[in-house]
Amino acid sequence: MKLKLILPLLLFVVLVGFLGKGLFLNPREVPSPLIGKPAPTFEAPVLGDSSKTFYTEEMKGKVWLLNMWASWCVACREEHPLLVEMRKHDIPLYGLAYKDVETNALAVLESMGDPYITTANDADGTIGIDYGVYGVPETYVIDKKGIIRYKQIGPITPEALRDTILPLLKELAV
Amino acid sequence: MNPVIGHYALILALFVAALQAALPLAGLSKNNEKLFAFAAPMARIQSALIIFSFLILTYAFYANDFSVYYVAVTSNSHLPLIFRLAAVWGGHEGSMLFWVTILAVWTLAVTFFAKELPLRFRSSLLAVMGLLTVGFLMFILFTSNPFDRIFPAPFDGRDLNPLLQDPGMVFHPPLLYMGYVGFSVAFAFAIAALLDGRLDVTWARWTRPWTTAAWVFLTLGIALGSRWAYYELGWGGWWFWDAVENASFMPWLIGTALIHSLAVTEKRDAFKAWTVLLSICAFSLSLLGTFLVRSGVLTSVHAFATDPSRGLFILLFLVVVIGGALTLFALRAQSVGLGEKFDLVSRESFLLSNNLVLFTATASVLLGTLYPLLIDAMGMGKISVGPPYFDTVFVAIMVPGIFLMGIGPIASWKKASVPDLASKLKWALGISIISALLVPSVMGRLSPMIFVGLLMAFWVISSVLVAIKTRLKAIPGNDVVKKFKTFGPAFNGMLLAHFGLAIFIIGVTMVKGYEQEYDITMHSGETTVINGYDFTFKGTLPVTGPNYKSKQGQFYVTKDGKEIDLLTPEKRYYPVQGAVMTEASISINPVRDIYISLGEELEEGGWSIRIYFKPFVQWIWLGCLLMGLGGLLTMVDKRYRLKKKVTNNESAAT
Repeated sequence: MKLKLILPLLLFVVLVGFLGKGLFLNPREVPSPLIGKPAPTFEAPVLGDSSKTFYTEEMKGKVWLLNMWASWCVACREEHPLLVEMRKHDIPLYGLAYKDVETNALAVLESMGDPYITTANDADGTIGIDYGVYGVPETYVIDKKGIIRYKQIGPITPEALRDTILPLLKELAV
Repeated sequence: MNPVIGHYALILALFVAALQAALPLAGLSKNNEKLFAFAAPMARIQSALIIFSFLILTYAFYANDFSVYYVAVTSNSHLPLIFRLAAVWGGHEGSMLFWVTILAVWTLAVTFFAKELPLRFRSSLLAVMGLLTVGFLMFILFTSNPFDRIFPAPFDGRDLNPLLQDPGMVFHPPLLYMGYVGFSVAFAFAIAALLDGRLDVTWARWTRPWTTAAWVFLTLGIALGSRWAYYELGWGGWWFWDAVENASFMPWLIGTALIHSLAVTEKRDAFKAWTVLLSICAFSLSLLGTFLVRSGVLTSVHAFATDPSRGLFILLFLVVVIGGALTLFALRAQSVGLGEKFDLVSRESFLLSNNLVLFTATASVLLGTLYPLLIDAMGMGKISVGPPYFDTVFVAIMVPGIFLMGIGPIASWKKASVPDLASKLKWALGISIISALLVPSVMGRLSPMIFVGLLMAFWVISSVLVAIKTRLKAIPGNDVVKKFKTFGPAFNGMLLAHFGLAIFIIGVTMVKGYEQEYDITMHSGETTVINGYDFTFKGTLPVTGPNYKSKQGQFYVTKDGKEIDLLTPEKRYYPVQGAVMTEASISINPVRDIYISLGEELEEGGWSIRIYFKPFVQWIWLGCLLMGLGGLLTMVDKRYRLKKKVTNNESAAT
């Protein structure tokens, strides 16, 4: 009789165990199909100076980061100060202005600081499609052979930078 | 108006809610009656503060105050006003504030409409609700503050997800939350009864209208969400067994079990411990649903931002609330007693079987929903559980339950006779079987599932008629109209809800059994004949909405030369989010829907088009509406108001 009354509590304890474990698993963790694959190549006008063109071919032999952002994206603004900080530490950061109006994008770089060595302008978003972007910001780490080694979905967090991106850059630079 | 005021109001509400919980509980343990008097005023102040805070946030949306981070990510200055207001609950932080606001509304309702309860009981009730408020306010203030600011403020907001820009967004979440959170009242009743060690017929009578009210809201909320999904998602589905849908469906199933079990507790003083357990479970499943949706442990089409710290907080909250309630149950349930005995064949045992069926059905839905998580947690890989599991298992469990549902209302309390029931129902069964065979012969196809579905529906309808007939016979006299008038609203409401379920089953069976789907390509000026209807495509028109641009297809639908409808499915582009949305267009009629949605525009100027014929699909929601109305009807029953006078007299006498 007593046991019958305790049973609901026992079942609940088991359930909590699973839920607690579940919190630390990521059901959406579907690795990007592009990781370990060559980064899609593109050429695009340079933001702010459309007479110049940015070629991914020229990046061969370098380790670099491609950060996709836009002036209309609130999360990108959140991420921006960290990018500026990264640039101060000579992290090779390149930008891709995704589906943006050039003057708006330039205004953001003007007011918040420009963390990018160069920013390519993807006004119609076709490069984003090649990379399978489903929301800015996204950041790719690309190695010397042009292979994507890491993809950050959403803003780069200080933890992701410290624990994943920086060690990876160190490893790739060798 | 400064959004910071809203934040302060919430902090203040937290302290007042803590008093609302602590003072009466202290009064209970110290037997100090004076402390009880604090419960209601504290509850009112706290609720008013929360509602005020909610209005401040709403104002921020109204005024396009993008310095509030939450407004900046869920709204946009081009968003039409009505959707800006609905966007208040369009994201995580706002919907949590909305949750606690609804809790405040229910708390207020308890302080105003539960005056007939003894002060001691009403105070413990409010104390429990105060504890729940404290937990949720802490969650909001520590992990999900909707009043966080962003500096510099963006020029414009990121916009509400276009999927949510629909009238459904205005009504579905409020109804659903009223249902979800409404079960907190039944929960508080149960906890207060356990604390009090007293649970009797009066307790059940007090609890019933509150539980039914929550159930009605939940029924309508789920139905509205289903109808919204039907026309918005563009492929005519109405239920997906998605984790979030299941999260709302499980409290509904247990809530349904609860309102039946409460009926037995009220009428026969039986099932007492069971009723208390169900009251705890209904609200626990609401909380579990909140956890599943808000923590991101499960993937779902209702994708929300995931944040483990939020998940951990809600999990802790679940442990305290549900764990605490179940511990109290284990310790005190014996003191409330089990209640009266009854025979194996009696209305009690039919209702008990109904409860077991609903409980098992809930367990099967819970298992299917959590199964991917269980497998992942045990390191056995990643899987998903889809509609085939749910459809099969759920239907198999529910069929016997629906069969019993026909018998229950006719059986007598305490002891019923099998030959008597058989003689009353044999015609109902015969007619049901014949009708379930006749309808498919008209529709042109019979399958076992169609037969079973229709049999269940007709069985419920005919047994409702038998129940009316039996009731009429039991009353002496010859004037049928006069006799009919003596039926109480509780009885009529029950029958109406059962009838609504039958209508629902007909809708589901007909759609599942006879829906048709066509994928075609059409060019402007072409006419195609499908299913006896002529579809003439007159090309697309450009349409500019307040915050989108659209191509609107023009389809003239005629049958035998008679114009049926002009259908205008759209392909909308929302520039702020860069999102393309498909808006279906539907020709609605009681026995069939014609549903058109635009696919892709082809290179030579044609369009790929999808056309669905959905027989009787509207009956699904009509059935739910009738169930909800049935619930409402039972609430107006006189005995819930008469007792007020009685208790007043009693208290005057003592």
